Amino acid sequence: MADEVQAVPKIIIRPTDGWVAINFHELWEYRELLYFLTWRDIKVRYKQTALGAAWAVIQPFFTMVVFSLFFGRLAQVPSDGIPYPVFAYCALVPWSFFAGSLDRAGNSLVTSANLLTKVYFPRLVIPMSAVLAGLIDFVIAFIVLVAMMLAYGITPTWAVVTLPFFLLLALMTALGVGLWLSALNVQYRDVRYTIPFITQFWLFASPVAYSANLVPEQWRWLYGVNPMAGVIDGFRWALLGRQSAPGPLLIVSVVMVVLIFVGGLFYFRRMEKSFADVV
Amino acid sequence: MSDIAIRVENLGKRYRIGGKQEPYKTLRESLVDAVAAPVKALGSAIRRERNESRDNTIWALDDVSFVVKHGEVIGVIGRNGAGKSTLLKVLSRITEPTSGLVEINGRVGSLLEVGTGFHPELTGRENIYLNGAILGMKRVEINRRFDEIVDFSGVEKFLDTPVKRYSSGMQVRLAFSIAAHLEPEILLVDEVLAVGDSEFQKKCLGKMGDVAKSGRTVLFVSHNMVSVESLCSRGLLFKDGRVEADGTIQETIARYADYWRGQSRVELRHRMDREGSGQARALSIRILDEYGCETESIKMGDSFVVELQTKGTLDGAIIGVLVGTPHRPQMIRGYTWENLSNEVKLSGEDTVRCRFNCFPMMHGSYDIHVWIGQRLRNQQMLIDSVEYAASLTVEPWDLYGNGRMLDPLGGVAFCRIDWEIFSNATTER
Repeated sequence: MADEVQAVPKIIIRPTDGWVAINFHELWEYRELLYFLTWRDIKVRYKQTALGAAWAVIQPFFTMVVFSLFFGRLAQVPSDGIPYPVFAYCALVPWSFFAGSLDRAGNSLVTSANLLTKVYFPRLVIPMSAVLAGLIDFVIAFIVLVAMMLAYGITPTWAVVTLPFFLLLALMTALGVGLWLSALNVQYRDVRYTIPFITQFWLFASPVAYSANLVPEQWRWLYGVNPMAGVIDGFRWALLGRQSAPGPLLIVSVVMVVLIFVGGLFYFRRMEKSFADVV
Repeated sequence: MSDIAIRVENLGKRYRIGGKQEPYKTLRESLVDAVAAPVKALGSAIRRERNESRDNTIWALDDVSFVVKHGEVIGVIGRNGAGKSTLLKVLSRITEPTSGLVEINGRVGSLLEVGTGFHPELTGRENIYLNGAILGMKRVEINRRFDEIVDFSGVEKFLDTPVKRYSSGMQVRLAFSIAAHLEPEILLVDEVLAVGDSEFQKKCLGKMGDVAKSGRTVLFVSHNMVSVESLCSRGLLFKDGRVEADGTIQETIARYADYWRGQSRVELRHRMDREGSGQARALSIRILDEYGCETESIKMGDSFVVELQTKGTLDGAIIGVLVGTPHRPQMIRGYTWENLSNEVKLSGEDTVRCRFNCFPMMHGSYDIHVWIGQRLRNQQMLIDSVEYAASLTVEPWDLYGNGRMLDPLGGVAFCRIDWEIFSNATTER
């Protein structure tokens, strides 16, 4: 009965101006709402679709098939000595998570307009739950990846222990970009239409169909400006081995992710107060 | 614990005009703005006055100050757009004020709508947890009160059915039950009682009464003066974003009624506070007595005619005349579709006469509201609605012709009553 002992909370409401600090304590208080919204997103998705969980696999898997045929077989794109299908699919798993999260998070505030105008809670919960809901799909797609690795006889090296770090990096990239897009979407409805374009553009700018090693050695670190380059390179290194650890490229990517994420958080907080009036 | 639950000081909230929503900007507009900003800044010094006149903003709340003590139950009343809902939105932190300060001591629960966040694909059980979490309940709390919530809503048989298969009444009942079991120290409620069937409404009112009596602080926004008066002890009357009156609930309601009585003296064609699309408008209203003379008062039991002049063409028109008091705005109502067999067409300029035969209400003051709607292909639309379009005084009358007047406190309506009294002693034998 800890609730009853709690002191009476005191709330002060006044106009805020400019940049606002992030209230981590409040965010923690609302962790159950984050859990329930994530749970709702997952539940609803699997209730409404006929193929349910299969969708988590269909998209990356068939992309992998097409990539293998055209890039791997016909165009003979080098794949660092790894069978091309595993090479491509290993990148498509984090990529699908990222692309899906971007789409859901970017539209999350607009689709939750009824919540924004009727109830108070830290608005950050909404894009966060949109990104977290993608983790289930990620896990399912990942199981297929493990099966493929077994089929191709690939055993990961000790580097596999670094995988959670790269997953975290993918999550932060998705959330960081998602925060920007969702807040911008409330203000500018054009964003909704740019999300598919951004995703497509970004896919070809990321080392999904090809290897990051295609970029000349002296410029490779610069490729890290695309944080997904760091994520995908990291996934391949952690799971498939056979290449040197990602160096400067990863460092640049991590710096970029932190910049996008922290910038996204503050931009979101700044715009948050106008959401209910504008959405 | 401090004595004060809510302190509001010089609170202001400004909106851009054009409804309460700021229009969406397109990215292009913003880019153009950004490029044009330096040029504008140069010119604005010169053209300052013109810029200010173009600044179309309204203050939905304007310098509002009041203090609420713990345990007070306050009714917030006022016309549509007077700022009541904006006040609740600011107090529940959905939107930020433009100026001023609010201090709240205690956990706040706000209920601006029932069933916020209900998802049609999820079952009743799942929605209880989801909606509870959205309203700020902890999972242990929901677990603890789960049976009570289900009991109150009366949907236990359908707990594992998706909510989309529920009737709208069932959805509302479930939604209200969840909301009613919130346990914050301060509760902000907006008109949620105007839902569901009358039996459930009674149940909700009862629950609200329990909440009010349990010593919690409640701010209750409503148009229903009966429930406001029965639940609240103190009233706040809002007008144009300001607090117009603050006192006991009876005083405040009286002030509100006075205001409306004033409105009904304004000629109908000049009334701007209408609702509806405006395809047709009621431009004037007269009350005629049994002799066809214009009047403002009748005797108890007399008949009278409400005569409207309308402008605008309209097929499938429905015209309604509603008579009531500030407490009960709809005591007697008549709509054309109820007893006219042919479709009503307004052809441009029409006269509508609505005859109330032997008006059965006690003596007192009554308000007349006018309503014009349209029904096309089973869709009903609001065309024109003017509240308090006219008022009518019913004079006391010696109903039985014996020099005795009826007691006005004895009821709201009357009819001729015959008595028969005899002793049972003879039949018992």
